[in-house]
Amino acid sequence: MTPEFAKPSNVYFFGTCLIDAFYPDAGLAAIRLIEREGVRVVFPPGQSCCGQPAYNSGFPDEARAVARRQIQVFGRDIPVVVPSGSCAAMMKHHYPVLFAGADDLAQARAFAARVFEWSEFMTRVLGVRYEDRGRPIRVTWHSSCHALREMKVIEHSKQLLRQLGNVELAELTNESECCGFGGTFSIKHPALSGALVNDKVDDIQATGAARVIAGDCGCLMNIAGAAQLRGWPFQAQHLAEFIWERIHGE
Amino acid sequence: MANEPFENNVDRALADAQLRKNFAFAMGNFILKRRAVFSDAEQTERLRTIGHAIKQRALSRLPELLEQLEAACTRNGIRVHWAETTAVGNRIVLEIIESHAAARVVKGKSMVSEEMHLNAFLANHGIEAIETDLGEFIIQLNGETPSHIIVPAIHKNKAQIAQIFHEKVAGAPYTEEVAELNAIARNTLRRKFYEAGIGLSGVNFAVAETGTLCLVENEGNGRMCTTVPPVHIAVMGLEKVVERLEDLPPLLRLLTGSATGQLVTTYVNLITSPRREGEKDGPQEVHLVILDNGRSRIYQDPQLRQTLQCVRCGTCLNHCPVYTRIGGHAYGFVYPGPIGKILTPQVEGLEKAGTLAFASSLCGACEEVCPVKIPIPALLRRLRDESYSSAPESSVPGRGCKQNWAERLAWKGWAFLNTHPRLNRLTTALLGLVGDYLPPAGPLERWMRYRSEPKFAPRSLHRRIREEGIADE
Ligand code: SF4
Repeated sequence: MTPEFAKPSNVYFFGTCLIDAFYPDAGLAAIRLIEREGVRVVFPPGQSCCGQPAYNSGFPDEARAVARRQIQVFGRDIPVVVPSGSCAAMMKHHYPVLFAGADDLAQARAFAARVFEWSEFMTRVLGVRYEDRGRPIRVTWHSSCHALREMKVIEHSKQLLRQLGNVELAELTNESECCGFGGTFSIKHPALSGALVNDKVDDIQATGAARVIAGDCGCLMNIAGAAQLRGWPFQAQHLAEFIWERIHGE
Repeated sequence: MANEPFENNVDRALADAQLRKNFAFAMGNFILKRRAVFSDAEQTERLRTIGHAIKQRALSRLPELLEQLEAACTRNGIRVHWAETTAVGNRIVLEIIESHAAARVVKGKSMVSEEMHLNAFLANHGIEAIETDLGEFIIQLNGETPSHIIVPAIHKNKAQIAQIFHEKVAGAPYTEEVAELNAIARNTLRRKFYEAGIGLSGVNFAVAETGTLCLVENEGNGRMCTTVPPVHIAVMGLEKVVERLEDLPPLLRLLTGSATGQLVTTYVNLITSPRREGEKDGPQEVHLVILDNGRSRIYQDPQLRQTLQCVRCGTCLNHCPVYTRIGGHAYGFVYPGPIGKILTPQVEGLEKAGTLAFASSLCGACEEVCPVKIPIPALLRRLRDESYSSAPESSVPGRGCKQNWAERLAWKGWAFLNTHPRLNRLTTALLGLVGDYLPPAGPLERWMRYRSEPKFAPRSLHRRIREEGIADE
């Protein structure tokens, strides 16, 4: 695949709060895969959360304070790569809305323009090529809502997945249906969220796949948690971590 | 169910295996049918852009268009009535019926009449309202309300309908044959059409330019209701007005494609006047009742105004992961699903219906399919802000009803933590050590009702980055 942009020499990496606390391996894999293409990755230690939890819960002032912090921390004019469709969508599409009328709207817009979802960056900017060294495996793919509908990057993610020659992709019946995570939705309406995730888990189980791969750790945490509670054996893994394993023959 | 907390309705719906099966099956079919008529993504997008523009243009001139509609209708001989509230609307309908000394009304499908709770009101005044749309007929027999705005009896499967007919229609045998069920309904209704003094219908679009009422349907009952009885009363929400006749083709294509996955409905009725001299059919009188019921207040707010673009196609219901699991009754109000979640809290107030705005994962499936591109997730977010009074001044009823110091404090603390990196790192490190021993209480308990306990990583990404020497500036 030919990249659509010139390759930058430096990029920022926004790790997301969930990856920071729960899935650091996914974050490291995403970073290593960028570095592998000869791009230097900068991880500002002042970063925290994109602000989405408050933004979706009726607390825009608090969301703005946290968002403003990220904009300051990622100050240089280089791409910001985000290993989550949801956080990337927040930063790219919702910051300009959140800052409407604020003094620093121009900064928010300029920042938003630099945001890339990880798989989008790997395909559109770096044009990566992977060689699969892993043993044959059957996996399935979950399209997270904001990667699909706001960032519109699912084709990029799948393009990466398809490069892995020994990976058989078994599609879900309802691939693009929400897994029920929805951030605070999962604890404000546990029964609804639970019904959704259990259906997702059933759908995955029916494919006979050993793993479900996705580009968002919120969905993965939700799906893996529900699967584990019910004793289903499949694993849930972030795309970057999966690719890292495959190209190293793990 | 309207008087019960939403959560109880949800629990009950989720526990009803038959209901869930009926919805999953029916909604899946609707999704496939819609996909088949909108198979060309680019063309669909173009069409949706046109639909959006038409409704936006109409809304931008709404007061003017409504006056134009009234003038055009009046010129054509249609009598126009304005109802600020549902109570006024009911009263107007009753007065028309009483002025003709009618005892029976045949009704085509109309969600606005549901909004007015017209049937119950008329029954209290000794007037029988007979639903003639097949779905409405079924639920009326069973004493229920619609569970979907397009297919009101969709929560019932064939066997359940067969049972209702057998029990409630005198002399009806038990049959699951669709043709036979249809025949039972037809035989029962045919007679009523001739006997009724009044026909009542909804309106899909009202054309200001020509004073035309457009009504689409598939069963012919709508045409019967609007042509057989001597008097026709049409009821509509004031957002149904469009500028020109030429706006109709794209809107109809969008409405039918989205609603039922058809290219065109079996009947497209364009009603422009009562029966004229020399005409062989049609009612002698046509009345148009235009209902406000909170709409003009919604109209004042430039963002929330987008709610009024809705053409009531119902496709957001069919694609909603929440609606398809709990069905329409669980919402507890007339309009269920995503459109109900944005409309109902604005009409009924946030105290009564605000919970609905929070019962969404904001997945965006509704916005993706909405034929007039209503940004439903953004409006849900706005209503959440309104609930905590964190949006700029507005006239949303019940604004600020969810405000409480505990939650505000929690979010303030969250923001403080996430703007103070060292404190944040310390907290994450601490959670990495003891997080797995947290007692399952509060939010964690709610999470763990359906999932195992989340496992904090022993070393956070921040720490791993430092240890592995990745650049930090
Ligand atoms: S909100 Fe959009 S999708 Fe939902 S009923 Fe209205 S027009 Fe149809």
